[in-house]
Amino acid sequence: MTDPILSVRGLEKRYGSFVGCTDIAFDVWPGEVVAIVGESGSGKTTLLNCISGRLERSAGEIRYRLRDGRFPDLAELSEAERRFLMRTDWGFVHQNPADGLRMRVSAGANVGERLMAVGARHYGDIRRTAGDWLSRVEIPTVRIDDQPIAFSGGMRQRLQIARNLVTHPRLIFMDEPTGGLDVSVQARVLDLLRGLVTDLSLAVVIVTHDLAVARLLSQRMIVMKGGHIVEAGLTDRVLDDPRHAYTQLLVASIPES
Amino acid sequence: MTLPTYNFAYLDEQTKRMIRRAILKGIAIPGYQVPFASREMPMPYGWGTGGVQVTAAILGPDDVLKVIDQGADDTTNAVSIRAFFAKTANVATTTKTADATIIQTRHRIPEERLQAHQTLVFQVPIPEPLRFLEPRETETRVMHGLEEYGLVHVKLYEDIAQHGHIATTYAYPVKVEDRYVMDPSPIPKFDNPKLGRSPALQLFGAGREKRIYALPPFTEVASLDFEDHPFTVQRFSRPCALCNATGVYMDEVVTDDRGGRMFVCSDTDHCETRQADGHRGPGLPQLGPHAASDRESAR
Amino acid sequence: MPEGALLSVRDVAKSFVMHLRDGVVLPVVANVRFDLFPGECVVLGGPSGVGKSSILRMVYGNYAIDAGSVLMRDPSTGEIRDLGAGDPRLVLAIRHDGIGYVSQFLRAVPRVSAVEIVAEPLVARGVDRADALLRARDLLTRLNLPETLHGLPPATFSGGEKQRVNIARGFITDHPVLLLDEPTASLDAENRDVVTAMIREKLARGTAVLGIFHDQPVRDAVATRTIDVAAFSARKAV
Repeated sequence: MTDPILSVRGLEKRYGSFVGCTDIAFDVWPGEVVAIVGESGSGKTTLLNCISGRLERSAGEIRYRLRDGRFPDLAELSEAERRFLMRTDWGFVHQNPADGLRMRVSAGANVGERLMAVGARHYGDIRRTAGDWLSRVEIPTVRIDDQPIAFSGGMRQRLQIARNLVTHPRLIFMDEPTGGLDVSVQARVLDLLRGLVTDLSLAVVIVTHDLAVARLLSQRMIVMKGGHIVEAGLTDRVLDDPRHAYTQLLVASIPES
Repeated sequence: MTLPTYNFAYLDEQTKRMIRRAILKGIAIPGYQVPFASREMPMPYGWGTGGVQVTAAILGPDDVLKVIDQGADDTTNAVSIRAFFAKTANVATTTKTADATIIQTRHRIPEERLQAHQTLVFQVPIPEPLRFLEPRETETRVMHGLEEYGLVHVKLYEDIAQHGHIATTYAYPVKVEDRYVMDPSPIPKFDNPKLGRSPALQLFGAGREKRIYALPPFTEVASLDFEDHPFTVQRFSRPCALCNATGVYMDEVVTDDRGGRMFVCSDTDHCETRQADGHRGPGLPQLGPHAASDRESAR
Repeated sequence: MPEGALLSVRDVAKSFVMHLRDGVVLPVVANVRFDLFPGECVVLGGPSGVGKSSILRMVYGNYAIDAGSVLMRDPSTGEIRDLGAGDPRLVLAIRHDGIGYVSQFLRAVPRVSAVEIVAEPLVARGVDRADALLRARDLLTRLNLPETLHGLPPATFSGGEKQRVNIARGFITDHPVLLLDEPTASLDAENRDVVTAMIREKLARGTAVLGIFHDQPVRDAVATRTIDVAAFSARKAV
């Protein structure tokens, strides 16, 4: 087996005396999707923000496998290295696409921005690549010059996904990527994500309260409650044979389909 | 004995020192925006309070000051600032580019190549070239610090996507010494090539935004572009209607209410100097000594 | 683990703790012990509710086990791995190249066509997409799924049609161990025969099959050995 791409040990985030999350340990391997589930306030988003470098941790270790094989703690990287990582090797898909897009900039430029950020200076190439990615996320290429402000919620979310994937990142963080969408639109975005994750063999850490989303996308699952991991394992094992009382409650709460 | 109403050049010496320190730092780090404690000046923001403070800080009794606004010495803004320093510093003023030691400018660089003993002071409304896409100052500072300049190209990309070419024609972003991206103030991009390797010192002052930055003499300045959409300057198909000059930046002047118009030099001193040297453009009805007043009536 | 066995279930026990019912413990099976050899079809027999499906799920790693081990011999290296130990990545690896599973119901994915669902396991194992789709179509055709349905998502299919998609998906790969949970339950006689033939072909190629078949004719046609799960059932002991 290969080495993990992300390794978290003893992670804790405190807000004063309040514990956001604590005693967190898990690994993510290349090409696998790990779902973090739990209800509001369980600490899952705090955890996601800590490991994605968007929130400073209080304690613990977060190591990431760089392309050159080094495996440093994120705290050992300079701010420049960390930011470079975030816009090349990583992606972050927000629940609200407006948080991850430039709403007053064309779809093409939204996708092309990361390319330009890493030095692409050929307009034609950038535009071609942006067009390819729009098609991959099922946005008609004729809309390449439209601003996301004119897009539907589902299209915006798909654009945000394209914008994240254009630099061929290896690790994507997702925060309730389908949470803000109509049910009819969710299926399409989910299916798209599922296809892209497999085709590009992305490592994904996805936070969701929706167990169906976790089942569809993830191979492994982490269940959080009150800032702690209460159960972790193979996604279908956790969902079909939940061991912890809280997981059983979660699973029992979904209507039979 | 009467006490002077103002210190020399209006600002007190401590303030001038503070501004000079900012200028020196700006010169030491070409293109870097140095924050400074901008003072209230006896004129509204937008009228050149930044440029005036820089000029006040570097002005000496022997300096000869020229002030232009959009290339012209005779517009309200230019006349007022010139009068301001004539009164508060009692310095000599001129409209001749060649005679000036300090030229404060709004939105132009003179056509005549500047010399090593000259200093050009730009009035800057918005010094931050990244502001149009990133509203947070904390973030733009980090972006400058880490040389994260992809956003500037996003703006240029949008131009091409919308207009088929880079439609930014003024305040065209430049990269200084391959390090800092800088807003050259709203000069036409026609003037961008003059920023680089200039023998003169170029200083930029933004009063409202409280920033000073500088291009020391002979600094490398590159206008940003794409490989397949290289930077180009505006071209004018006709020579100046008054002085027949080509390869200069022109203003379009409407001459009547029937669609009549002509193109004339934006740099009035350049135009007048050429006319005095005997150059005559196609827009002049007759040869005569009053070309300048003809031009005025044409406006 | 006996010489030559692919899979060895050793003293496995399973119970459910129902935390939402005051922690009541529901024992399912205990002391489950059997081996599975290449080319044999072992049928789990016994009445409904005795724990047959649970055993299949434990072997697949879908249910955790309380005690014992589920040993799987790596077909290429011969290394023996315990997938009952609860390492999810080991289970995933064994599912990738060791154990295939046809469940009772197809878990349909919205918007994905039948032929793509069937081809997916091959694509995931690096087979060229076009080739995989071709083989998927062949399998669906053999299972008499009308060609007009191949390109449609199975969400609107009948029970039997869905099940044939499910079977095709499970049979398209060449896992050395194949788990079948009542694959023929909702099929008509003609398709039952097709599935029977397909199972026999797998057996002939050396695949070890562990299955539950309520269908007597199918069972008779494929079973090489039957294990009475009632012997392991923990319920009667309560």
